[in-house]
Amino acid sequence: MSEKFNLEIISPNEIVLKSEAEEVIIPAFEGQMTILKDHIALITYLRPGYIKVSNSNKKEVFFVEEGTVEFSKNNLLILSSNVINVKDLTGTIKENIIKDSTAKLSSNEISDKERYILSYKIESLKEIAQ
Amino acid sequence: MPSLDDLRKRISSVKSTQKITKAMKMVAAAKLRKAQENAEKGRPYSEKMKNIINNLANSIIEKETAPKLIAGTGQDKTYLCVLMTADRGLCGGFNTNICRLAKTNFQKIIKEGKTLKIITVGTKGLDQIKRDYGKYVIQKLSFKERKKISFQEAEEVGKIILDLFHKNEFDKCILFYNNFKNVITQIPQAQQIIPAKKEKASSKSTTNDFYEFEPEEDEILENLLPKNISTQIFKAFLENAASEQGSRMTAMDNATRNAGELVEKLTINYNRTRQASITKELIEIISGAESL
Repeated sequence: MSEKFNLEIISPNEIVLKSEAEEVIIPAFEGQMTILKDHIALITYLRPGYIKVSNSNKKEVFFVEEGTVEFSKNNLLILSSNVINVKDLTGTIKENIIKDSTAKLSSNEISDKERYILSYKIESLKEIAQ
Repeated sequence: MPSLDDLRKRISSVKSTQKITKAMKMVAAAKLRKAQENAEKGRPYSEKMKNIINNLANSIIEKETAPKLIAGTGQDKTYLCVLMTADRGLCGGFNTNICRLAKTNFQKIIKEGKTLKIITVGTKGLDQIKRDYGKYVIQKLSFKERKKISFQEAEEVGKIILDLFHKNEFDKCILFYNNFKNVITQIPQAQQIIPAKKEKASSKSTTNDFYEFEPEEDEILENLLPKNISTQIFKAFLENAASEQGSRMTAMDNATRNAGELVEKLTINYNRTRQASITKELIEIISGAESL
């Protein structure tokens, strides 16, 4: 019996990924979440971080800034306006995002929630830099 | 009767116009393919988004704490209309069709004694409604300088609308744009985005699943609904872009054909006039010789 479920990652511009997966780790708003087959139906949303997809020894990692996730009947749907495959996340792009976010973080006009999101964004980007 | 010289000038002028319309048609056709592709690629996102919201809404519909974006402000006084048109002309009835639909809606809103506020996106729509409804326009947006409309622009528009909503500036928001059906048919649409219309869940899409929400439903909805506004606007942008090119292509195709017909007619006219003047000269010569 296969242990796989369907996965779709969709951005407004295109369908980023449509395949099967054995295990997907998502950065849900209140902490990381691993989704396996026959997970209970679920709706949640994401904070900046990495989506890790495992499919029979193949692994893919995507960086997201935000997103919405729905899982029902072994269909995992991730909607995000900002998905980048980590392979395409080269040095300069990454540094620019970090720079922008740091600038925003230092301004006083942002709410606690935004602060939380931004700090996660910077942290997770730095994490991959190492 | 126009002189031969006049006719010749007119023919060459129509011919050069024809060249321009032909080139525009080609450009529109090339752009259309891209725009159509984008519109089709963008559809799954907005559709799935709608599904999730429907599922969510169904599970909290009874609650009185439902966010205002979905339940409405409870009032029905002020309408915000977002008129989305192109920045360029020469695309047939594209802009006019949206404006016509918008105007009938404007009239209705005013007749019912409600307050009307308008945001225009794209300059052509503004030009068309300026005379009658100029005083209702509260904001004019144009992305003429941007080369490509991305999700970012949609988010900008969405943010403006949401800010107004949070300041209680309006109760209902309606979006006007052209829905791209195919190259020849574009359907102008009026879509209400705030409060989100509850769609009667069809038996097919109703899942009786009990979703687990993390965090709470309300919080997810609060996060999701603003995103949905941007998504709907982005969808309107994409549909509009495809419609504009499609409409322009058809219009320019017609223009090229009309120019061809006109050239044909003028050429016949030109030849006849030329023949007439030759005949006239011959008659003059002959009758001159006879009288000698």
